[in-house]
Amino acid sequence: MLSRHANNLYWMSRQIERAENTARLLDITYQMSLLPYRVTDVSQSWAEPWALPLVINGLASNYYAKNPGPLTSEKVLRFMVTDSTNPSSICSLIHAARENGRSMRGVMTSEMYEDLNSIWLELRGRSETALNHGGINELFEWIKTQSHQFRGVTFGTMLRDEAYQFIRLGTFMERADNTVRLLDVKYHTLLPSAAEVGGAVDYYQWSALLRSVSALSSYRRIYRDVITPKRVAELLILRNDLPRSLHACMNEIYEILRELCKRDSMEPERLAGELHAQLHYGRVEQIMETGLHEYLMEFLERLHLLNDELNRHFLAPVYDSPDALPAISRQSA
Amino acid sequence: MSSKRPFDEMRAPDGEIRPHYREYCEWLDGKPTDFLPQKQREADALYTRLGITFAVYGDESGTERSIPFDIIPRIIRPNAWKIISDGACQRVRALNAFLKDIYHGQEILKAGIIPAAQVTGNPAFRPEMQGIQVPGDVYIHIAGVDIVKTDAGEFHVLEDNLRTPSGVSYMLENRKMMMRLFPQLFGRMPVAPIDHYTDVLLDNLRAVAPEHVSQPTVVVMTPGAYNSAYFEHAFLAQQMGIELVEGQDLFVSNNYVYMRTTAGPQRVDVIYRRIDDDFLDPLAFRPDSELGVPGIFQAYRVGNVTLANAIGTGVADDKSTYLYVPQMIEFYLGEKPIISNVPTYRLSQAEDLAYTLAHLPELVVKEVQGSGGYGMLVGPTSTKEQIAEFRKRIEANPANYIAQPTLALSTCPTFRDSDIVPRHVDLRPYVLSGRGVTLVPGALTRVALREGSLVVNSSQGGGTKDTWVLEDLQC
Repeated sequence: MLSRHANNLYWMSRQIERAENTARLLDITYQMSLLPYRVTDVSQSWAEPWALPLVINGLASNYYAKNPGPLTSEKVLRFMVTDSTNPSSICSLIHAARENGRSMRGVMTSEMYEDLNSIWLELRGRSETALNHGGINELFEWIKTQSHQFRGVTFGTMLRDEAYQFIRLGTFMERADNTVRLLDVKYHTLLPSAAEVGGAVDYYQWSALLRSVSALSSYRRIYRDVITPKRVAELLILRNDLPRSLHACMNEIYEILRELCKRDSMEPERLAGELHAQLHYGRVEQIMETGLHEYLMEFLERLHLLNDELNRHFLAPVYDSPDALPAISRQSA
Repeated sequence: MSSKRPFDEMRAPDGEIRPHYREYCEWLDGKPTDFLPQKQREADALYTRLGITFAVYGDESGTERSIPFDIIPRIIRPNAWKIISDGACQRVRALNAFLKDIYHGQEILKAGIIPAAQVTGNPAFRPEMQGIQVPGDVYIHIAGVDIVKTDAGEFHVLEDNLRTPSGVSYMLENRKMMMRLFPQLFGRMPVAPIDHYTDVLLDNLRAVAPEHVSQPTVVVMTPGAYNSAYFEHAFLAQQMGIELVEGQDLFVSNNYVYMRTTAGPQRVDVIYRRIDDDFLDPLAFRPDSELGVPGIFQAYRVGNVTLANAIGTGVADDKSTYLYVPQMIEFYLGEKPIISNVPTYRLSQAEDLAYTLAHLPELVVKEVQGSGGYGMLVGPTSTKEQIAEFRKRIEANPANYIAQPTLALSTCPTFRDSDIVPRHVDLRPYVLSGRGVTLVPGALTRVALREGSLVVNSSQGGGTKDTWVLEDLQC
């Protein structure tokens, strides 16, 4: 398929996945902010629940540039949901996904485009209503449902061709990226002192984190015990049966790349295989020894490297001179 | 407008429903009053949801909107369709022969039937095309012929669209919409199917591949997602199951055209391009074009890629060439035109100019190069000021204009504000060439939604209707 089309589809699904993850994060943040817990120590104000979505997405400085003064839930929500100057707001992401999809109508099924288009048509109205008149939970539920539905329509209607593979690749690359960031922020930023570990704040934060990736009940079913950082790390990094874990994401990514690289073994497949093996054979003790933050940062870097290789091989190839053309193929089938 | 009442396609002058509308009217009579309003709302909601849109240039409010769709079908009798179909095909055969001729021997100019300056001096004439062989001698792979009905059995061709005619996606989507809204009707009436249009199109495009290519790769080429007809480009590519490419996806190497794919470069043999000649190749035409592909014209010249439509077809659909189409039909085909032209005044001629300037309030004046309903004057519906303003433009450059009497376009029943009212319509069938010259039994009907308006263009307040050609009917 056309590289530009693969690129549009890849980013379309990344943007939808990111919008969903943002909705999940904001939902959990909102729920946490309702709990009877207050940060009393000023030095810990970054642990304010409403700072979480900004820190995780690396948007704190953007936010403060636009919103001087104290952090408020209203301002953060507006910034993360409807602000069109924030490219990571849910509305911006869905708009971008829809623009990518709009130019891809020839490749998607009509149900997929209809679905994506109606998300976009309804989103702004629903967001304004939720922000102005209450009902923010319903909005986040709705966004999650729309994302589920779009994946479902894709799964249920689309030919299992290359286009389908690139859509899935985008979903899992974005999901892995999100899980890394989420885990890292919790571990690195929100647990400053050993004294807090095991306290009420700690408990709420860990359970919120698990809920944001729909993993709290899975955690209970697997461990049947208190929530500890080590187990959370194991669950979200190494378990291959939890759909949003890094291992589960890499399973999919590796599978897809083996399919896409069938013709000749290429760098993206090798990189993905390496990452996959590391998770497949990894042990949580080793991760904790290395340091969770260090481990996650290295993982993120290699994920970005993989993304660069995807660009070079599939999404944005450059043929500098005609002589450098790889073997020119005619259309198969 | 002429004093005569326009021809009503549904009702005879005595109010009687014409035979081909009877079945429809009987069916509708049994429906509750809120039936049509409900269906119209349903249709509007569906079109928005499906994202069937077109962009309007110069509209600040947004880049796209849905084209108004009217839920009452336009019904055409089999024998009327035969005239339309034969007439449109005949015209395209003659126009194609004309293009082959002017880019080779120029016999029609030598015979003095068309003044040479009229052709070779035309800005749409492409001297670069002279002597180039195109596969199957086909220049006009897709043509849209705009036809109007003025009386029983009386049709005129308003204009030919031979560059990148658009609108066929509406013909196909309108039918899908009608089948979704009124499935029962299709059981009651013998409506000829049209959804094989894209199969026929693909078959024709494959038939004109460069020689020695047995399994040609065909693509649709679009200027991009911000083009007003982008929806249609994507729609056609999807329906044909082929790639929709932009200029940036293609490159030329050793005079062959390739597209950038996830599996490396891939040869392209036939390009159904929806991008104007000027923008195709910055090396051959407009150097500032960022939409085109450098070197593609050279690949085309040497016959390694087929472009549909061919380069340089614009000279044949120009409004000043239009005048000569009846002569072309006689010259190349030795036939009498099945559908006549609209009588046309050439304002480059002093006599015609004088007549036109004296009768502006009754005439329609068009720019020779204009399209989309822009740059035209509809005398009977214009104010004195508009006419005076247009007069100045004509006097400044008379040769740039033609004038025609205001035709009493036929009307079709149209649903407006919970009522069924007559509105003026035209008809654009799409003629396909490559493996013969054919068309599917259907067309795009455009309707002027404003009362009394004769301008059917979507950019000027026009809408569309589904067009039903009945397959057999005793009438």
